[in-house]
Amino acid sequence: MSRPPANLLLGGALVALAALAALVSLVWTPFPHAALDVANKFAPPSAEHWLGTDQLGRDLVSQLMVGAANSLAVALAAVALGGGLGTALGLAASAMGGWVEDLAMRICDLGFAFPALLFAIMLAAAFGPSLANAALAIAFINVPVFARVARGAANQVWVREFVLAGRAAGRSRLALTLDHIVPNVAAAVIVQATIEFAVAILAEAALSYLGLGAQPPSPSWGRMLAEAQTLLWIEPMLAIWPGLAIVVTVLGFGLMGDGLRDLADPRLVRER
Amino acid sequence: MTPSALLAATASALALALAFAAPASAAGTARIGLQQEPTVLDPTADATASIDGMLAQNVFESLTTVNEAGEVLPNLAERWEIADDGLTYTFHLVEGASFHDGTAFDAQDVKFSFDRAMAEDSVNPSKSIWAPIASVEVLDPATVRLTLTRKDAFLLFNLAQGDASILAPESADRAKTEPVGTGPFRFVSWTRGDRLVLAKNADWRDAEAVSLDRVEFRFIADPASGAAALMADELDAFPGFGAPEMLPQFEADPRFAVTVGSTEGEVILAMNNARAPFDDPRVRQAVNHAIDRDAIIDGAMYGRAAPIGSFYPPHGPAYLDLTGTWPHDVEKARALFEAAGVAGREMTLRVPPFAYATRSAEIIQAQLAAAGVDAKVETVEWGFWIGEVYKNRNYDMTIIAHTSPNDMGNFARGKDYFYGYQDDAYDALWAAIETEADAQARAELQREAQRFLAEAAVHAFLFQLPKLSVVKAGLEGFWASSPVIFQPLAGVRWAD
Repeated sequence: MSRPPANLLLGGALVALAALAALVSLVWTPFPHAALDVANKFAPPSAEHWLGTDQLGRDLVSQLMVGAANSLAVALAAVALGGGLGTALGLAASAMGGWVEDLAMRICDLGFAFPALLFAIMLAAAFGPSLANAALAIAFINVPVFARVARGAANQVWVREFVLAGRAAGRSRLALTLDHIVPNVAAAVIVQATIEFAVAILAEAALSYLGLGAQPPSPSWGRMLAEAQTLLWIEPMLAIWPGLAIVVTVLGFGLMGDGLRDLADPRLVRER
Repeated sequence: MTPSALLAATASALALALAFAAPASAAGTARIGLQQEPTVLDPTADATASIDGMLAQNVFESLTTVNEAGEVLPNLAERWEIADDGLTYTFHLVEGASFHDGTAFDAQDVKFSFDRAMAEDSVNPSKSIWAPIASVEVLDPATVRLTLTRKDAFLLFNLAQGDASILAPESADRAKTEPVGTGPFRFVSWTRGDRLVLAKNADWRDAEAVSLDRVEFRFIADPASGAAALMADELDAFPGFGAPEMLPQFEADPRFAVTVGSTEGEVILAMNNARAPFDDPRVRQAVNHAIDRDAIIDGAMYGRAAPIGSFYPPHGPAYLDLTGTWPHDVEKARALFEAAGVAGREMTLRVPPFAYATRSAEIIQAQLAAAGVDAKVETVEWGFWIGEVYKNRNYDMTIIAHTSPNDMGNFARGKDYFYGYQDDAYDALWAAIETEADAQARAELQREAQRFLAEAAVHAFLFQLPKLSVVKAGLEGFWASSPVIFQPLAGVRWAD
């Protein structure tokens, strides 16, 4: 097998950076992330505070690290939940065919037509804003995406000879789905999941920016951006660091998704 | 194209662009940013400060008014006599005033408005204004007499407030959505979530003195959005600006004038005295020990606020510095929380969506956490706050600015008020303040009341809300400080 594509390596490295920060934050941060030290606000970067402190004297590195954990946790939950449900729906639709498939796809169209942020705002109004509700809202927008991808890929497999042979041999649709369809759509779903990870991180940042995601004192990159907005004139770095964290992570997942697609699609690799 | 032709083309394009950009603020229009959007527009039916801020003394008028120095001036009553015993006030009304719908103003309207506010089923937010009034009599269409059951040192001042606005019986029922008054501006429209528009009332008795033809209030709760709207020339003024950290930026910008004045708004960390665990004085004392006012003022207000240790503004004549009553002492706070059995317990801090409140909440949350109590911050919409916290008293702790002047009487409003606080000794003290006519003696009583509230640790008193105003250069007449909640716009004008 040839070398993995460069975008996969670069994307993987960026994602690993964010994941490392998130994992380390679970056991250690330079300072407690919510510890206020108002007398020491807007401190410049130093040996103690590597990136300085924010408007309430909280350590920026610690906040970015816990923010990474929150962002990735929300993205993971949203993609796992939305992707799991969506993929199951897509596979079922493809296996059953006929009016069931049509109905499932029309429901997906409905999901696509529904503005995700509006749904999140409704959810926050009904259950109160929180990270968990943000994850639910993002999972909801992921369901139709995965359903589409899974159904499309599965439909291509159902007409292949080995599946037709299985059907001729009298195997059930469920058994065929588990044995032959799932392994063959896995690549497409994994690529989609990587890309949706990037989308979920952006969505979490947007929701938190609007005050519908992480609630104080739980830090979030989106909320850090929102809070830094009135401080641009005093301390622009407070907006730049969380912004950079979002860009790096989203870019990382985007590149990784592209790289995985290149790996999964032999035709593209041959052309290279 | 030769370089000079290119230059000329660029210059004319630029001139064109400027020509289109310039008339954004039409002369005669003022676009004013407000943090708080009310849920109804009747100042005699709801305690929301921005109703008075927009409409009192602009759309509605009262018998008296108050100037920026806090002095009472005649308004719908052009003069009055007070009987020697202080129990009878005779008001002589202005002639020829009329409501915006064309109905004439006379003494019957005053009687109607006051009787409505004093009725059993009244929803007037300031019952204390009406408590001393026994009866309202119409002597003739231009004369009204109030008879009091006891002396009231604040009566003329109180009658200037939005709570005592004069409404007409013909239109009062619709005032919640369609306010009709006698003032220099008439109500045009209210687009919920966006803006409220007033237009000049050409029939006002002193209409020549009013410069503005149109006033638009825009509701912008988020200070960052408010700042962006000012910068983008979508607003002409933000008289209660919420982001003190941005003032240096506006101060450095010649397009704006920045003023920092005072308000009557005491910002308090209110505790629900009627609900456990805050019915236990040790818990309230612990909260007072746990908070660090200097850090709150520095972190939330960037130092632009004066600390208060009780419920009286620092610029008032009877002010007493009681900020040392419960010094910041985390260990003491922790011990008191433990003694009261609430250490480690979770409680909610339900705050309205204003920057001073949400920012203070975040800091107070950290300070309470340091003393061993887990406070969950919930930022709620204003309509929810006024309904759930203020009216239904469904909260543990909240943060709110009490912008009414002379409002120490809040603590004498009994258990039905959202403080859930009642103390006979304080009720007696407040009754004495209200009836004391001598200013010196009254100030002494007010100092006693301040000490009483501080020592009872009814709430944690935080700081006096400053009035941070960002106004476009050339727009004159806004008050730098607010002795009352309303802001008369009749005197606001664009300089030539």
